[in-house]
Amino acid sequence: MKKKLVSLLAVMAMTVSAIVGCGSSKGETAKSNETKAAAESEGESAAAATDLKAGFIFLHDENSTYDLNFLNGAKAACEKLGVECVIKTNIPEGQECYEAACELADAGCDFIFADSFGHEDYMIEAAKEYPEVQFSHATGTKAHTENLENFHNAFAAIYDGRYLAGIVAGMKLNEMIDNGDITAEQAKIGYVGAYTYAEVISGYTSFFLGARSVCPTATMEVTFTGSWYDETAEKEGANKLIQNGCVLISQHADSMGAPTACETAGVPNVSYNGSTVSACPNTFLVSSRINWEPYFEYALNCVAAGTPIDTDWCGSLENGAVELTDLGSAVAEGTQEAIDKAKEELIAGTIHTFDISTFTVDGKALESYEADVDTDADYTPDHEVVSDGYFHESGSEFRSAPYFDVQIDGITLLDTKF
Amino acid sequence: MNEKKKEPLFHIVKRAAIPWQKALIIRAVAIIMALIICAVVTTITTGIDPIKVFQSIFVGAFGSARKTWITLQNTAILLLISLALTPAFKMKFWNIGGEGQVLIGGLAAAACMICLGSKLPNAAVIVCMIIASLVAGMIWGVIPAFFKAKWNTNETLSTLMMNYIATQLVAFYTIVWEVPKGSGKIGIINQNSNVGWLPQLFGSKYLLTILVAVIVTIFMYVYLNYSKHGYEISVVGESENTARYIGIKVEKVIIRTMLLSGAICGLVGLLLVGGINHTVTTTIAGGQGFTAVLVSWMAKFNPLTMIFSSILIIFMDRGASEISTSFGLNHSYSDILTGIILFFIIGCEFFISYRLQFRKKDEKEGQ
Repeated sequence: MKKKLVSLLAVMAMTVSAIVGCGSSKGETAKSNETKAAAESEGESAAAATDLKAGFIFLHDENSTYDLNFLNGAKAACEKLGVECVIKTNIPEGQECYEAACELADAGCDFIFADSFGHEDYMIEAAKEYPEVQFSHATGTKAHTENLENFHNAFAAIYDGRYLAGIVAGMKLNEMIDNGDITAEQAKIGYVGAYTYAEVISGYTSFFLGARSVCPTATMEVTFTGSWYDETAEKEGANKLIQNGCVLISQHADSMGAPTACETAGVPNVSYNGSTVSACPNTFLVSSRINWEPYFEYALNCVAAGTPIDTDWCGSLENGAVELTDLGSAVAEGTQEAIDKAKEELIAGTIHTFDISTFTVDGKALESYEADVDTDADYTPDHEVVSDGYFHESGSEFRSAPYFDVQIDGITLLDTKF
Repeated sequence: MNEKKKEPLFHIVKRAAIPWQKALIIRAVAIIMALIICAVVTTITTGIDPIKVFQSIFVGAFGSARKTWITLQNTAILLLISLALTPAFKMKFWNIGGEGQVLIGGLAAAACMICLGSKLPNAAVIVCMIIASLVAGMIWGVIPAFFKAKWNTNETLSTLMMNYIATQLVAFYTIVWEVPKGSGKIGIINQNSNVGWLPQLFGSKYLLTILVAVIVTIFMYVYLNYSKHGYEISVVGESENTARYIGIKVEKVIIRTMLLSGAICGLVGLLLVGGINHTVTTTIAGGQGFTAVLVSWMAKFNPLTMIFSSILIIFMDRGASEISTSFGLNHSYSDILTGIILFFIIGCEFFISYRLQFRKKDEKEGQ
């Protein structure tokens, strides 16, 4: 019995070593190529003569369209500037974010960035502890009231991008009406939102206003999922809207739930955060997105030069932070020309996304509105934001994150529990 | 002899008691084999040097002072929840409601911080939080216990369902207290006044949780092994009828034990909200109420062994984040590694209880 055991073990050991041997030899060649490439790129970055280190904290990983968009921007900016970059993914919106930020600071990062709204408070805690490190937070609202020199907010005028995406949607609706697929009254858009939060409200309203600027009979239904990333809820939300008679869907949530539901049902989809054309070749129209590369470049250059980073940085169509992806094959004819024209006008300031002559609230024009710009627990309105005939949505004026939270006529909210 | 040719290659025999050294060796072999399989899988699927991956896992858990503290703190939390569940398990009361009991304790603490933060002095708020959390955890634990004791309902189902109720309550209050409006998050509570934040011991954020875990571990060890209550728990767990026969009031033991179980879970909620996160979310317990079931079982309900099983799980979890950062591997990859290691560790318990009896060799074959 002993002999047999020994021989059995010997055979096992041999197989294991053989497998390991094979694997590792393959692995090593692959790795050596990688290290070579890494060494080359490191050589280049040394030539760029920066010894900066940037740390990034992301809520999810590359499977989330939202985080992927940041991930790509961070990698591109760091590669361009030759900055070493450390990326932490799957960091929840809790003390883990503070700890991740502190670990990055301990590891020598000069600039630390977090991408999710709920990270903000924890980034502020870390910023208090490491005054010599610069902290930036996307979508946050507190930098302008927190008075910390090393804590900054960043966002972009994505509502302008949504407005343009809305024009693409409106053109598609017009095409459907002209083809006789639907009547003008049936031009109903569906929208899957995450929360009833200003960022989402601002997003779907600007999208709707864009669509209605070319298709005056358009209406919209909005459903909320109560989560920034919930693939099942987003898919079910889109399916519900399609059953309700929505002929075009857009979304503000981070999974592929809504786009894939649209592809299955054959309903045109306007996406967000990046192109979903590869998964949805037949129904993808366009996607608006924030290109974060300009901000990362700007902030890293500031850190390198020792100059202060803007407390509130708001990207725009003009500086390339707000952009549309390439159009899908399903768009209506003449779409490209229409959005090019509107983009020029938005940049020139001859049209405004939230022009108060284009929408009503409870049947009346919105002549005056006090928004809750300075975040507080009681949601106290503190700034008059309507002037010169339009609603001054986020930008360099007040803060970078949106605060448009008005329910305009023509949009039906199906569930507002979130 | 010829007739016995169909005897299988081996059969399984229950072991008599096994000396602890031998049991330890079996466990060590299991961990080494698990690491070898992890290395093989890593090399084949990613082409990364497995030694580097292991190094990175270690660095992730103990690479700097802060990382070590965080690892210890997370271990303390998981250990505390496991300790809370253990007396119930020993009684064969399947309390899988740790998650909900922690959440409700946390919610109670958060409620005190938010509602009393501006009305009472800091010390009074903290006292209220402690009482509220413990009581909330107790209530969440005792409801299933009461029904079990009175009407012999299935506690597995009822404790599980209490989790969902707690999660929904937290979700509801998140919307009541959210800042800013519509954002679905409460954010750090009393960020500037720090009212209701549990004190830092000796200037360390992490020490309080660890110290509480040490105290509760010692308490639980003594309670289970050297107290009358602990003895009653074991007897009820072995046989309710025996317990009744020797005059133990089974219902009373069930309710009393679940009060204790729930109270410790509530305490964890207090530490998570008042001491660590300073906010409450539906995911603040992070599934640890369930992981703790595993920890408690792996340690065979021994509070001291539980220290090691919880360290192992947290070590792998922290290491996992590190390898996703340093090698660009997805976080799921470390879940795979943890899965392999747990498979071997749980599997080795089989070899501690049983052994393989190989077929005796025929003398002719032997020559």
